[in-house]
Amino acid sequence: MAMTMHLNVVSAEEELFSGTVEEVFAPGTMGDLGIIPRHAQLVTTLKPGELRYVADGHMAALFVSGGIMEVQPHVVTVLADTAIRADDLDEKAATEAKERAEAALEGKDPEDLDYEALQAELEAAKAQIQMIHNIGKTLGRH
Amino acid sequence: MGLKEIRTQIKSIQSTKKITKAMEMVAASKMRRAAERMQASRPYAQKMREVVSHMAKGHLEYKHPYTLEREDVKRVGYIIISTDRGLCGGLNTNLFKKAFQEIADWKEQGVEVDIAVYGGKALNAFKRYGVVAEATGLGDRPELADMIGPIKVMLDAYDEGKIDRLIMVENEFINNMTQKPRSTQLVPIVSEELEELDYHWDYLYEPDSKEVIDALMQRYIESLIYQGVVENVACEMSSRMIAMKSATDNAGSMIDKLQLVYNKARQAAITQEISEIVAGAAAVE
Repeated sequence: MAMTMHLNVVSAEEELFSGTVEEVFAPGTMGDLGIIPRHAQLVTTLKPGELRYVADGHMAALFVSGGIMEVQPHVVTVLADTAIRADDLDEKAATEAKERAEAALEGKDPEDLDYEALQAELEAAKAQIQMIHNIGKTLGRH
Repeated sequence: MGLKEIRTQIKSIQSTKKITKAMEMVAASKMRRAAERMQASRPYAQKMREVVSHMAKGHLEYKHPYTLEREDVKRVGYIIISTDRGLCGGLNTNLFKKAFQEIADWKEQGVEVDIAVYGGKALNAFKRYGVVAEATGLGDRPELADMIGPIKVMLDAYDEGKIDRLIMVENEFINNMTQKPRSTQLVPIVSEELEELDYHWDYLYEPDSKEVIDALMQRYIESLIYQGVVENVACEMSSRMIAMKSATDNAGSMIDKLQLVYNKARQAAITQEISEIVAGAAAVE
């Protein structure tokens, strides 16, 4: 039997996956990573993309919008973000929160087009389409 | 009071009772779901705490500013989490009392306070102090993505040295019947909250330790605030459930009382009518 390790994928809002796997492929910010049991302790940030894992010889995938992955020899933990994160997006959210507060103090209600948020949604949708595409290809081969 | 008026009033109280009863049941089911979400967010925070503990206590070349205590506190940031809607008993009032008290204490020491709020009730209550950032209308299923703005504002202020401490005030969900206002220091991270570790190795970092720790610290604080908001939703629902239950009970006893008054009035009217008829018959004879 192949060596296994435990994979936990959790986000701030819920647990996405927990189970025994043989191999994990993660979209690290520095490049994709392949993790097999007894990997050295590692912490890396993740970029939006698909997190693939092999359980019982079958490959499965999850979409992550980025986050952090912690690797221990027999446990891999992915702390997944719940939404696409980027400095400029966070900055935008911060500015909006400030503006809303200012508007609330003045008694106004600001409504404007949320360009960056739309772009992020588009980005996420693209990555998801890519993932579905890949799954389709994998299924086609068998 | 005439018979007709009493009857109308009983009807109106009955329909109010129906509404409060419905609200009670809705709040009860929402509370259960909020409590589940509270549970669901725990593994993330727990894992974060483990990794953050390791990094804070480990002998790393890079110490994150959130783990360093600042000696001279000149300005404090407050994040106050309230509900958007009312009809939930004294939940918000008690919370604001605690927050007002703490803010007054800081001001007495000559420390300025910056406030960021979640929820419409807090926004209205703290308007006069000047709110620097807000997020309202998060709903019964708050999402982390909608909370990032105020967190970012406060953490940026901390990074720039505008504030020297960040404190969160929200309601603690003790059980279905009890909630208590609680204030928690978020930054600098209180080291007692971090776990003691008995191993001495370090991670490999990708891209490098500073970037990973920065990303991790930011998410750690965010997860604490997310938990605070979710917990506050659970408190809101349980508090509303209790408030609506007592409203339903009160409506019930009010209906009983009015029913008594109504019966008495009706009886009096009948008695009067009989005696009038008897008197009339006697006069004819």
